[in-house]
Amino acid sequence: MNTDISQTITRIAEIIINELKLEDVTPETFDADLDLVDEVGVDSMDLATIALVLRDEYGIRIDEDDYPKLTTIRIIAEYIDNKLTSDD
Amino acid sequence: MKTVSSLLDDHWYERYKKISKLNIRSSIYDVTDRCNLRCKGCFFFSSGEHERASEENDVSKWHTFVEKEMERGVNLAILIGGEPTLCLDRIEAFYKRLPTFCATNGLIKVPRDRFPDMMVGLSLWGDEEDEIALRGKDTFKITSANYAGDPHAYYLYTITPKQLGKTGKIIQKIKDIGLKVHMQLLSNDEGVDGFSWKPEELVEVRAEMDAMLDAYPETVISSKYYHKVITTGRMLDRKFGWMECPSVTEPIDKRDPRPKRLTNFIRWASDLETMHRCCTSETRDCSTCKDGAAHMSWVMVNKRAHLKSTEDLHNWIEVYEMFAKLYQFIPW
Repeated sequence: MNTDISQTITRIAEIIINELKLEDVTPETFDADLDLVDEVGVDSMDLATIALVLRDEYGIRIDEDDYPKLTTIRIIAEYIDNKLTSDD
Repeated sequence: MKTVSSLLDDHWYERYKKISKLNIRSSIYDVTDRCNLRCKGCFFFSSGEHERASEENDVSKWHTFVEKEMERGVNLAILIGGEPTLCLDRIEAFYKRLPTFCATNGLIKVPRDRFPDMMVGLSLWGDEEDEIALRGKDTFKITSANYAGDPHAYYLYTITPKQLGKTGKIIQKIKDIGLKVHMQLLSNDEGVDGFSWKPEELVEVRAEMDAMLDAYPETVISSKYYHKVITTGRMLDRKFGWMECPSVTEPIDKRDPRPKRLTNFIRWASDLETMHRCCTSETRDCSTCKDGAAHMSWVMVNKRAHLKSTEDLHNWIEVYEMFAKLYQFIPW
């Protein structure tokens, strides 16, 4: 796995755990491919909260129209990576 | 971490998958300030909301307005009033573009050649005696003739304390004309003499609503958890009130901390500019509000809070399914 993506995945997991106050999971044990909506119960308001933190953390804007696509931590990490790359 | 699939068997997981990504974004619209009935206990008139705005009469402005609402992400228009069917052109502005639900007293039949599959909710306030006492006439006689057998109509039965012990007779009448029914409760602060709930009556009505769901599972669209939440005002370990309500108009929602709420929800007045505070009247005491939609939404927006146990998640799924059926996102 690309080291940067791996770090991003861990950081996103940490943010989600903190923001949603998830129990019994750590950034290291959070399955990056787990469907956040179907399995974790994340809704659009949760995604909006997470998006705000990610915006501050990575300096990117996540369009609300993109929320439905951001179904796993890995997909979010790749989305951020693409945004950062395209901004370079 | 508890995940959805770890809490559900295959049957429930399939049910969950059918609703988990519906992403319903509703808003509520006062179509008109006028009505062809004047019911005691109707919050729209008892709270003076009908005088808050002068209705927009230019139909082209309604069309433009709905386009803007869609750009805001609204995918369910809930039309109330006044009596929406007094203004079919305005209803059409929504219906042509969006999944649309129309709450009506049913005295004017929605023309099905113009609105073939629009879901219609027919208000009903009890048996003949209570209908006459509260609304001046027995509307069931008219609405049952207008809508018998209509697959896109159901009764919104507002139960009052005087209906205790009598709901079965009414639900049987609804079943007999081939319609469905959803039950809700009259809120006390509409100030109708003799129609206020006492705590023991709320216990009683919950048991009666549960019994109706058991006796008429094909006719009653409801869930026992919804009955519990609406009669006790409690969900899990939380109490319903202003700081919990999900159905507050978003641009004027200054609550801090902001609770889980309906995304982008607005209740618009009929001038298409004025926003009402919430889905019901702002004169209402939130701590005793019994608004059915607000309580359903309260459960629905709190999905993760229901991921603590299988029973909690089953309850959440049943309430979400109930809402999705009532607004035609999934079949009956």
